[in-house]
Amino acid sequence: MKETIRFRIDEHQITAEKGQTVVEAAKANGVYIPTLCNFEGVKPKGCCRMCTIKVNNRFMTACTTPASAGMEVESSTDELNDIRKSIVELLFVTGNHFCPSCEKSGNCELQALAYRFRMMVPRFPYQFPQKGIDASSPRIIKDQNRCILCKRCIKTIKTPDGRDYFAYRNRGTKLEVVLDEKLGNEMPDAVARQAMENCPVGSIIYKEQGFLKPIGKRKFDKKPIGSDIEV
Amino acid sequence: MSKKITIEPVTRVEGHGKVTIQLDAAGRVSDSRLHIVEFRGFERFIQGRPYWEAPVLVQRLCGICPVSHHLAAAKALDVIVGAGTGNGLTAVGEKMRRLMHYGQFFQSHVLHFFHLSSPDFLFGFDGDPVTRNIIGVIQHNKELAVQGVMMRKYGQEVIKHTAGKKIHGTGAIPGGINKNLSIAERDELLNGSDPMNADKMVEWSMGALDFFKNYHKTNVQLVDGFASFPSNHLSMVREDGAFDIYHGVLRAVDANGKRILDDMDYQNYDRYIEEEVRNWSYMKFPYLKHLGKEKGWYRVGPLARLNVCSFMPTPLAQKELEEFRAYTHGKPNGMSLHYHWARLIEVLHMAELIRDLLKDPDLQNEDLVVKGEKQQRGVGVIEAPRGTLFHHYEINENDQISLANLIVSTTNNNQPMNTAVNLTAKSFMNGQNEITEGMMNAVEVAIRAYDPCLSCATHALGQMPLELTLVNQNNEIIDRRTK
Repeated sequence: MKETIRFRIDEHQITAEKGQTVVEAAKANGVYIPTLCNFEGVKPKGCCRMCTIKVNNRFMTACTTPASAGMEVESSTDELNDIRKSIVELLFVTGNHFCPSCEKSGNCELQALAYRFRMMVPRFPYQFPQKGIDASSPRIIKDQNRCILCKRCIKTIKTPDGRDYFAYRNRGTKLEVVLDEKLGNEMPDAVARQAMENCPVGSIIYKEQGFLKPIGKRKFDKKPIGSDIEV
Repeated sequence: MSKKITIEPVTRVEGHGKVTIQLDAAGRVSDSRLHIVEFRGFERFIQGRPYWEAPVLVQRLCGICPVSHHLAAAKALDVIVGAGTGNGLTAVGEKMRRLMHYGQFFQSHVLHFFHLSSPDFLFGFDGDPVTRNIIGVIQHNKELAVQGVMMRKYGQEVIKHTAGKKIHGTGAIPGGINKNLSIAERDELLNGSDPMNADKMVEWSMGALDFFKNYHKTNVQLVDGFASFPSNHLSMVREDGAFDIYHGVLRAVDANGKRILDDMDYQNYDRYIEEEVRNWSYMKFPYLKHLGKEKGWYRVGPLARLNVCSFMPTPLAQKELEEFRAYTHGKPNGMSLHYHWARLIEVLHMAELIRDLLKDPDLQNEDLVVKGEKQQRGVGVIEAPRGTLFHHYEINENDQISLANLIVSTTNNNQPMNTAVNLTAKSFMNGQNEITEGMMNAVEVAIRAYDPCLSCATHALGQMPLELTLVNQNNEIIDRRTK
């Protein structure tokens, strides 16, 4: 049996198993810490910074920080929520996210976070970057306009022998997630659907089946993101 | 010295435009133009997007009748996904779309008549602008105003239950729809508490029609004579000639009622219709190819539909159509203000159709989508509230849109609106040196009869205010009035 530890997140007393991250422990105790790049079953990377918390007055990412006994975690504070909101705003202005015509609308984690943090107009100027669409695969479309570079597709969508369908290409502001041309052409149907499901935004779109879920039955139509965790 | 009068912006229509009236040295109207000065470019920026996004993306052209664009695009994409050319959907697929469309027609027409046009009838074209609006209607005739608001709300509820939300829903998808109508939704629309039910909408629609007919009786000269001119008329009709706003064939008649386009398949619309570009407007001028630019232009919308169809397939509307037809002894009606009459007959027809369709158990079926052999090209045509609407898409081998061509209802009415403005300018402004409020509004009334959506027509965004400019023979502005 694993060792049990206790610590605090804001006013919540958290009971966790040793080795759990703060995000995992929070979730198990009904406390929602927003995440975006984090994905269950995949080693956390802390690259999107959405789960930024404060421990001993230091900013940490909750998905990579192991829970430890007695730690005092600040999470749902005005300061941290504004940081999270600014991250969402940055993602919006550095891509081309047009929710009205995006079929991931209602199921999109980025959009849901924007709603949760009541984003109205981003505080940063829109960049309107020139980005393309790779529609060459028979199964999926990779729309770079909507990609937030979270790596969830890279880490989770693989062939049975472990080869990656997706990979990073270029560096800095030119960084993008691309689909391997050969593997993309051979991508099985189930893998394509899983790739779309795992993408938190509308960057990976399963071909020829848009808008099947009616408004009202989409993931975030009725309740905000995180409400399935919060007690 | 000649003068030019410009009316900009034109109010109580959708979008932004201006009117210029040229006077000659004797102060007579020598020319007039309705300029559409906005530009948006949907046809271009949709290129490269996956085809199934089109119904959701393109409907953002407009917030008043987005359902028309939504459905016209979906119909074009039905062809592309191999679901037939308008009659290949499942029963629930077609009937849900029809219900959505009927709801939208109802709310859009009601909005136009009660909110935008009734102030002109209640207070006169030269009534005080302070009260000549929907607020004035509420103060003057509360019952009429409440009916207008509630009828529009009812139409919006129909849209919500079929498209997912009242504005910019997602109900229609290539090959079908994404939801059926639940029993609870059906009961709410069919038997909702007073007044939000189908029977009350039929009753109120008849009341609105009576309101207009009474106005007509006491203002025959104005209603019949205002911007009246003969023209061709074009509309989609069902294959048996019945009035049908969802699917059918293209039919056009001339000013004497002779068929000049005989029930053609709209997949080949570009064989029959061409668009002319003029350098003073972003809105194109469509015309029937075989008749040429001068003789081939036509009216669309309520007046044209009632002139073109053989009959209306609901009893109350058919009775009204017979009365409407009898007024011009069976000849096509060319009186611009009779657009309102025709529009209200359509409102009644929609109320009857909604009431009857809601009782159809097919709406609860589960087989929502069909697909067949993929095509590279598809055309969808629908009768939008303002007239015939064409959506044409082509896709490449990667399922991206490579071409989009939209001919929207208001564009089809471009030449008729210009003609109406010209006639109105001649009757109200010949020999006048000063632009009055009444003159400005008379021009607006002429435009408004066509219920133009200039936003859609130029695929543009914006309000539609009005500016009137008077220009002399040397093209110098000598007077300008705006509001």
